[in-house]
Amino acid sequence: MREFFHRKLERKTISLVVAIVAVASIGGFVEIAPLFTIHKTVEEVPDMRTYTPLELAGRDIYIREGCYACHSQMIRTLRDEVERYGPYSLAVESKYDHPMLWGSKRTGPDLARLGDKYSDAWHVAHLINPRDVVPQSVMPKYGWLQRNELDFSKLGLNLAAQRSVGVPYTQEMIDNASKDAYGQATPDTDAASGVSERYGEATNVRVFDGDPARVTEMDALVAYLQILGRLTDAAYKQSASADAPTPVGE
Amino acid sequence: MEPRKRDKVTGRTTTGHIWNGIEELETPIPKVVFAFLAGTFLFAVLCWVLYPAWPFGVSYTKGLLGFDQRNVVTEQVAKAEAARIEDWGGKVEALDYAQIEADPALMQPVREEGRRLFEDNCAACHGVKATGGPGFPDLTAKAWLWGGSSETIAETIRVGINGTAEDTRSSQMLSFGKDQMLDREQILNVVAYVRSLSDLEPAAGDAARIEPGKEIFAQNCASCHDEDAKGNQELGAPNLTDETWIYGSDQQAVYTTVYNGRQGHMPSWGERLTPLQIKILALYVHTLKAPQ
Repeated sequence: MREFFHRKLERKTISLVVAIVAVASIGGFVEIAPLFTIHKTVEEVPDMRTYTPLELAGRDIYIREGCYACHSQMIRTLRDEVERYGPYSLAVESKYDHPMLWGSKRTGPDLARLGDKYSDAWHVAHLINPRDVVPQSVMPKYGWLQRNELDFSKLGLNLAAQRSVGVPYTQEMIDNASKDAYGQATPDTDAASGVSERYGEATNVRVFDGDPARVTEMDALVAYLQILGRLTDAAYKQSASADAPTPVGE
Repeated sequence: MEPRKRDKVTGRTTTGHIWNGIEELETPIPKVVFAFLAGTFLFAVLCWVLYPAWPFGVSYTKGLLGFDQRNVVTEQVAKAEAARIEDWGGKVEALDYAQIEADPALMQPVREEGRRLFEDNCAACHGVKATGGPGFPDLTAKAWLWGGSSETIAETIRVGINGTAEDTRSSQMLSFGKDQMLDREQILNVVAYVRSLSDLEPAAGDAARIEPGKEIFAQNCASCHDEDAKGNQELGAPNLTDETWIYGSDQQAVYTTVYNGRQGHMPSWGERLTPLQIKILALYVHTLKAPQ
């Protein structure tokens, strides 16, 4: 019998292992490597904002309570999703998400365009008892968020960790993280002034949970929910841009 | 390894491997399996050529079809929109509200589309049946804060109330108690008076409070809610003499409202919805009737 290439290869253990690893990595390489080399993958958007410390704290609560298990944050390029939720998600919109929270299952609706869609009062009522505002809802209650004071003593470390993976927080932001988190939910205090200075005029500075006396986990989570899809307008511009082809048959 | 030989039954050669007397035959893979495998390989190669496939350096192969899922969805949405415009949406855009409402054939698709838009966007607060809840107005009650014509409803949807639009409707009830404009007795008096206007069951001791409450109302509340307490739609000040109470009508609820003030918030929808969608929604909301 002739000695084919494969017959030779499978008799040399090390060579066979190396060959298996090489072949198996093609799929991963093709999918992952381009994300680092093709710059078009993440759109260039000058108006992209970072999360404020309070929003970041809210994001951690979102992760802690497992919201991502039932809610996605990713509008796919499908007609029914675009018509229901709004413009499809762009890569740049989760540029500062570490880890990303796209999710893969929707027991509840997608939340990628939730920011500014409903009032703070609605979010608070809905989180305390979803059935109060949406009778058919199966979402659990999260009433303790309104009772728990937010622990923002370690937010500086949180920001520093985010910076180490590429989020452009300045040293000033890190130093003032706790103060800014407090200030964003207490617009009448001195701490509030620095927030829009450091994070931009578009930042929501207000009492999110309806209780100005305390900064609660509810404040943080609602602040985060109200910013979803609002960190940049890129998605709205993209869907309205002229490079979209005209409909067939026109 | 035994020497290879030909198997008598099948006519195939053996491989020379024998286990417990069982000889392995050298049977080739069936041709049909081989053909299927080759077919899938060819299919893959064809897809590589036609669709975006292989990355290289800072770019990737775009494929001969120029396919891009983003363009596909943009095209589908635009096509559906164009079909709707041609079908009935164009008429809704061109005609004014009264003309549309006078045309039952046109109102049919408006109601269907309006219901879908309402459920996607408005129902979370106002409820699937638009009957609202504590803090969220009942749209079937016809007790409008800013006016109930289709035009004003459309404008309210577009700019919102205390919303993010630059020209948003804005309205705030002052915190008479918290900001120490009225003391506890005065608030209880004015609450008794206001509740008496709607013929609500008086709370204990309210009978004596109504007269002094009227005085306080005239001095503090009438500038927005009007002398006769029928409200002012220019300011978004509600009518206090009707049966509709957004924040509740019992003594405690009205006391809380006067003590803390109120600043309801309806988001501005002008950025999120198209002018046609807002028009459809306004027409839909205008047709809503209280559930029987």
